[in-house]
Amino acid sequence: MTDEIFKEYEEKLPKLIIDEIKANLPEKADAAKVRKILEAVHAEYEKSKLDAGECVGLLSAQSIGEQGTQATLDTFHFSGVSEMNVTMGLPRIIEILDARKTISTPMMEIYLNAPYNQKENVKKQALLVKEIKLKDVATEFLVNIADMIIKVDIDEQKLKDLDLTLANLSKTLSKAMKSLKIKQDTVSIIAKLEDKDANLNSLYKLKEKLKETHISGIKGVTQVLPVKRGSEYIVLTAGSNLKAVLALEWVDKERTTSNDIYEIAATLGIEAARETIIDELLKVIKAQGLKIDIRHLMIISDTMCVSGAIKGITRYGVVNEKSSVLARASFETPIKHIMRASLVGEEDKLHSVIENVMLNQVVPLGTGMPVLKAKKKE
Amino acid sequence: MEEYVYKKVSSIVFGLLSPKVVKKMSAVKVVTPELYDKEGYPVDGGLMDTRMGVIDPGLRCKTCGSKIKECVGHFGYIELARPVININLVSLISTLLKFTCRECGKILIPKVKADKIIESLAAADKEVGLEKRRKIVKHVITSLKTTNKCPHCKARQLKITIEKPTTFLENEKRITPIEIRARLEKISDEDCELFGLNPKYARPEWAVQTILPIPPVTIRPSITLESGERSEDDLTHKLGDIVRINQRLFENINAGAPEIIIEDLWDLLQYHVTTFYNNEVAQLPPARHRSGQPLKTLAERIKSKEGRIRYNLAGKRTNFSARTVISPDPMIGLNEVGIPLIMAMKLTVPERVTAWNINYLKAFVQKGSDKYPGANYVIRPDGKKKKITEEMKEQILEEIQPGYIIERHLMDGDISVFNRQPSLHRMSMMCHKIKVLPGRTLRLNPSVCHPYNADFDGDEMNLHIPQTEEARAEAEILMEVPTQLISPAFGLSIMGCIQDSISGNFLLARDPEIKKEIAVKLLVDSGITDFSRLPSKKTISGRDVFSMLLPDDFNFSAHSKLCKKGPEAECKDANHIVIKDGKLLQGTLDSANLGKGAGLLLRNLHQKYGQEFAVDFLAKVAKLGVNYLFHKGFTVGISDMDLPDDANQKIENALEESTITIRELISACADRTLEAFPGKTIEETLELKIIETLNNVRNKTGNIVAEYSTKLTPTVIMARSGARGSVLTLGQMTACIGQQVLRGKRIDKGYKGRTLSAFRAGDLTESARGFVKYGYKRGTTPAEYFFAAMTGRDSLMDTALRTPKSGYLYRRLSNAMQDIKVDYDGTVRDASNKIIQFSYGEDGVDVSRSVGGKIDVKRIIQNLK
Repeated sequence: MTDEIFKEYEEKLPKLIIDEIKANLPEKADAAKVRKILEAVHAEYEKSKLDAGECVGLLSAQSIGEQGTQATLDTFHFSGVSEMNVTMGLPRIIEILDARKTISTPMMEIYLNAPYNQKENVKKQALLVKEIKLKDVATEFLVNIADMIIKVDIDEQKLKDLDLTLANLSKTLSKAMKSLKIKQDTVSIIAKLEDKDANLNSLYKLKEKLKETHISGIKGVTQVLPVKRGSEYIVLTAGSNLKAVLALEWVDKERTTSNDIYEIAATLGIEAARETIIDELLKVIKAQGLKIDIRHLMIISDTMCVSGAIKGITRYGVVNEKSSVLARASFETPIKHIMRASLVGEEDKLHSVIENVMLNQVVPLGTGMPVLKAKKKE
Repeated sequence: MEEYVYKKVSSIVFGLLSPKVVKKMSAVKVVTPELYDKEGYPVDGGLMDTRMGVIDPGLRCKTCGSKIKECVGHFGYIELARPVININLVSLISTLLKFTCRECGKILIPKVKADKIIESLAAADKEVGLEKRRKIVKHVITSLKTTNKCPHCKARQLKITIEKPTTFLENEKRITPIEIRARLEKISDEDCELFGLNPKYARPEWAVQTILPIPPVTIRPSITLESGERSEDDLTHKLGDIVRINQRLFENINAGAPEIIIEDLWDLLQYHVTTFYNNEVAQLPPARHRSGQPLKTLAERIKSKEGRIRYNLAGKRTNFSARTVISPDPMIGLNEVGIPLIMAMKLTVPERVTAWNINYLKAFVQKGSDKYPGANYVIRPDGKKKKITEEMKEQILEEIQPGYIIERHLMDGDISVFNRQPSLHRMSMMCHKIKVLPGRTLRLNPSVCHPYNADFDGDEMNLHIPQTEEARAEAEILMEVPTQLISPAFGLSIMGCIQDSISGNFLLARDPEIKKEIAVKLLVDSGITDFSRLPSKKTISGRDVFSMLLPDDFNFSAHSKLCKKGPEAECKDANHIVIKDGKLLQGTLDSANLGKGAGLLLRNLHQKYGQEFAVDFLAKVAKLGVNYLFHKGFTVGISDMDLPDDANQKIENALEESTITIRELISACADRTLEAFPGKTIEETLELKIIETLNNVRNKTGNIVAEYSTKLTPTVIMARSGARGSVLTLGQMTACIGQQVLRGKRIDKGYKGRTLSAFRAGDLTESARGFVKYGYKRGTTPAEYFFAAMTGRDSLMDTALRTPKSGYLYRRLSNAMQDIKVDYDGTVRDASNKIIQFSYGEDGVDVSRSVGGKIDVKRIIQNLK
């Protein structure tokens, strides 16, 4: 009975509201009562809808701009022992809205499939993710000038922790450094330069290069931290490389995320990037104790992503895409925009706000939107 | 009646000026650098020629015959002796020279390929906007490579480089602008398209100028100094230089001077023309005044915040506005603004005389401009404005008839727009009704301070009087204070009781009995006139007094500040607010329900009884709170900070305990027995543990203070009710200020290994790293005082740095999104009609009509019961 009534309203009401009604229905509600409730909610929903012409973009800009002045510049956020150091506050908001290619603290939250998400297993999995360079497992790099050899002493305990053996270590090394001849000793690896005219200088350079050679784990992940989230354990990382992490089979691909928007866009697509922008902004706003409705963030995120690529709120991004010459010119670098427009004979149709302000004309928003159209007498 | 012709600009096309157009639009050919003759009149053919407009009163423009202010000015031109490169188009010239054949002038790509690109450009033109076209052009230009041989005429190509700013070299040999122009002329119209040019508006050769337009005199007026001397505008100076050099160059060429001299002069002409356009070209020394200050030429006039676009075009100035200091007046309404009489007599409202109001309006004229309420001006139907003076009064009175407009003084109830900068959101400009008051400040109700972010420590605010019926109607319907009650940022009331009105209501709700006379007085003072619902007892409880403000069919329940959080319906706390049938049955009134930006009490009243009621309710509640405090008395003293001895002892013990723990931790670290956290060194772990201990002790002392502050001293009342301060700040005053945090760490800056020379190097104890042990009342040690000053300075810096940053962020956001609007079909679109969202926020709900961003389903269901 009641299901039918609900079905009727499915078209008229958003799903979230219907779900909330279902959750809050009084226990002994009969069909008539349910209908009455739905009617009342629907009436209120219709009443709360936006009027046409509302300048929602400016509303969002104001909401964020006004509250932004109250946010702290607090760059770092320590919440006790077990959290990562992440850029927060206004700098992070600016970073997101600028759509910076390299962010100051890239981070991933890796969710693990059972049974890896239990306390005993996380630590080991976390270590598998962490990027290990040769210098991390070595105790010493010895340069033998006489034989033009570098001897690397390896800490076997550390190797064992990483599930590696000396044999496959030397294998990965020789793969990474093609110009080297790699030999294996009991506790060390000996690298010899094959080049004929090798000199001392190149040997030392080689030593530095060897130190930074990638051995295991995922490139870019500099720190890992297993953390408890609800009933399971997850891995937080400093440094982000989503593509590589998602390739691991024991990773929960649905929930694992990164805070690097470009990386999300590259691996999961623009819709995911849009969602990430909203989430990341929300995170900062919540941490700062600000009150901004999510709809404002959606608008911002959508304007940044409509073109199919991420565009920052800068003179090179969103503003550069505007159709009006004068709107672009009034933001920044006016001369550049005016010159560019004159070369193509660009026409400004005066459809947006600022040009009409400049010309003392009615702005096509809100009460300025309706126009009279008269029929011509024939 | 007068007739109006409304004209609207429907579009603006941008383009380059061709020499032909320049000549056609010019009124004069400028030939001499002289400005004025001996008598001080502008010279014919000079830069101040009256055919280019007039700036002196009394003179008439020779082109259009009108006087100063009426004549908009006319262009002139100079014939340049030798062509000169336009600095703004250097990059264009460079690409054109590099990628067209030096012999045949064709683009250096094979014909087949070029045809293909033209086709794709034609396809791109079918789309709205120039974005696609621009992309293709950009792609073409970046993909072009220097080829040695022209694919069309097989001529060998030489390497072209620019020597900045305006010199072009071909194989290290200079190409003169004449030659450049000759080459650009050869480029065909079709090839122009490939370079992204529209030959109709921008032929390549126009980038090399043979003729220079001279801007009208009216945009470069000269100023007459007190001494009678004339001081010319920067542009006139620059143009003078150009004309002078041009003349010399011309004479030298005619006289057959050596090539070197001509070239030098040519370069000089190029320099002057370049700086005329832009005086901030990187490689050129800016042209200067004799005083050494750089000239402000065309580009600098347009650019930046003080430039034409942002300062004059996008920024407007208004008449009929006022500004002074603000001060509070809790007794006026929220949607009122108190203005001083002097302002009311200077600011006016235009009212049109009709047959019905003629006598009413004549009365104002009768009073004149010196008596209130009078009128200052009369505007005749032909637009002539007349000042009302004592002498003119009688005459004006006689002549007034329907159609006249009378500018009368402001009166109570007139519409105004009130504003405080920075205007960060739309609630920074709201419509208030005028209320003329004695005094010299603008008055506003303290409850509307929050949306303006105003306080009364010397803040000034602006007042505008809308002058047309349309403007007044929009202001009243869209901008009035009641319409702005619910914030569009988060969907809750942005206005609320503040400070005294909160603590007043807090105390009122706890008062078990108030004498009836006093209760009635309180209510009358707060604007209540109907006492039918007042219990007819001798003494009335404070809650009943408060209930008088509520409508009698209002039901509500909510957590108060002190309730333990949890499901609302099951809250058994005595502080929990329950309102049934318009009676406050139980609960504490505090900032959680009365305050700004929080609580559903106001939101629900707004929803059920409308915005006018909600604002009226808020005003009454605020008044009631203040009035109750008037009746009771309320003051803060140092004795509020006193604690009993055993509390002091407890605090002492807690501090002692933490000191010991820290000692232990440090020594554990020293002999390496401390267990490190994963991924951290022992030292880092120690630091974290110390911070944890210190945080704990601050909380502990705070709790002790809270525990002992059961006596309701005024300070405690303020903290409990949320009127001002918190239990934390109370703890800081009485017990312990706590750790000073600098950049997210304990203080560790200063000397090597220590913070101050009073400490030992490497000292990690709490006192050496910025822990302030006692409260403000007991005072700080010199070292502690210094640490507190450090963090104080740091937070000052933080604010100073944050404001411009967030200001710029706001500017960018608003510029990027200002034209995004909801269309009639409910989609969200931008100016070019591109759809941004199909439904605003995925459900189309206006945040300022929602309850905290949601539809309050629970309440609807409850109300239906």
